[in-house]
Amino acid sequence: MTPARTLATARRVLLQLRHDPRTLAMLLVVPVVLMGLLAWILTDAEFDFWAPPLLGIFPLLVMFLVTSVATLRERTGGTLERLLSMPTGKGDIIFGYALAFGTVAVVQAVVVSAAAFGLFGLQVAGSPGLVGLVAVIDALLGTALGLFVSAFARTEFQAVQFMPLVLIPQILLCGLLVPTDELPAVLRWVSVVLPMTYAVEAMQQVLHSVTTTSAFRQDVAILTLIAVGLLGLGAATLRRRTA
Amino acid sequence: MDAPVVSVDGLRVVRGGRPVVDGVSFTVPAGQVTGLLGPSGCGKTTLMRSIVGVQIVAGGTIDVLGEPAGSRGLRSRVGYVTQSAAVYGDLSVRDNVRYFARMLGAPASDVDRVIREVGLDDQTGQLVGRLSGGQRERVSLATALLGTPELLVLDEPTVGVDPVLRRDLWARFRDLAAAGASLLVSSHVMDEAARCDRLLLMREGRLLADETPDALLARTGTATVEDAFLALIEASVPA
Repeated sequence: MTPARTLATARRVLLQLRHDPRTLAMLLVVPVVLMGLLAWILTDAEFDFWAPPLLGIFPLLVMFLVTSVATLRERTGGTLERLLSMPTGKGDIIFGYALAFGTVAVVQAVVVSAAAFGLFGLQVAGSPGLVGLVAVIDALLGTALGLFVSAFARTEFQAVQFMPLVLIPQILLCGLLVPTDELPAVLRWVSVVLPMTYAVEAMQQVLHSVTTTSAFRQDVAILTLIAVGLLGLGAATLRRRTA
Repeated sequence: MDAPVVSVDGLRVVRGGRPVVDGVSFTVPAGQVTGLLGPSGCGKTTLMRSIVGVQIVAGGTIDVLGEPAGSRGLRSRVGYVTQSAAVYGDLSVRDNVRYFARMLGAPASDVDRVIREVGLDDQTGQLVGRLSGGQRERVSLATALLGTPELLVLDEPTVGVDPVLRRDLWARFRDLAAAGASLLVSSHVMDEAARCDRLLLMREGRLLADETPDALLARTGTATVEDAFLALIEASVPA
């Protein structure tokens, strides 16, 4: 793995996206539209409650889908095999993708947060910058999860089906619908190991506290660790030799 | 004579419980163009993947340039073109070649050179996904010509290529061999055999022949490789 090759890969992934303006537009416009819809149907106080966690969930969902399909294409199209027969490190591919989609995630987080705060009047006690930070980490987490599960999908249909399997239970158990300490004991333990729980908790901390709390810092640290760990697992699923 | 660049000994590859390559042994001599011929599905691609080191093998040994196939040190010394074009449809021709050049650490000046060599200099800015199938394969081939690989493993590189370009590509392969590179080129087109220094004929996972085209024709008493292939199959079937 070398910085030059990792950067070349990130650049290549971004160039591919540039040739797909519709996807790029949807990455930025769809979350803004959904946020607007939410602001429209909820009262101001309700919107302030729901919007920050959703600002964390959107990038996770979107990046999960984009990454799992993109890497699956790379696996089935033969380019992955080609790259792995070259002096490419597995990390060059994984971190190249993470870097590229991380960049997209930053732009997405900035655009969606700006819309939520500027257009739709979202108000939180903490800094809007922290909302953006958590959104970016969540996007990286989505990228890492997508990279990891794409190893278990043979077709794009299967890859897309991993979204309800991997993400919807997390949405149900993350504390957004029912606070985690009111969940049945077994489910509470499950929620402890699911990363989205920390994403939502971190957003709720920003919503309620003017200063960064230790719970917030802990959530951010856990999210970052899980994202990095999953990227490592994703690298381990790349096999130079296949049947 | 130089040591062979590839030595395959007793190679077996099993897929789905069925042997796909069944006890194959041969060598690829240095500085020559070796043709790997046989009908589709005979195991050519699996054999080539094994030499490049991306195939899980069940038995046997493969030595490439003095190292076990797939060794880390070989990855920049062996060029490989897969049968279906392994390139990015949503990138231009130049961006594809440039990316693979960066991954290989090939000089930037190679990018225009290899695009010219596969006759795509008028399409450099076009998205690969908008090219014809044959043109896409040429983009894939271009990326294998980057740098100065010592061994080129080309899986059906001239499928769907017009006769003029096919002639030019074979001339390019000959130039590469003359400059010291070794090539293993697969084809199911028997008339390409005449352009090779040495032939491997394969059928149902086994080698039927491993010799020069002239020796093959002399041994089978036939005039074309196609006829030689038929003669060998008939001879191997017990009466």
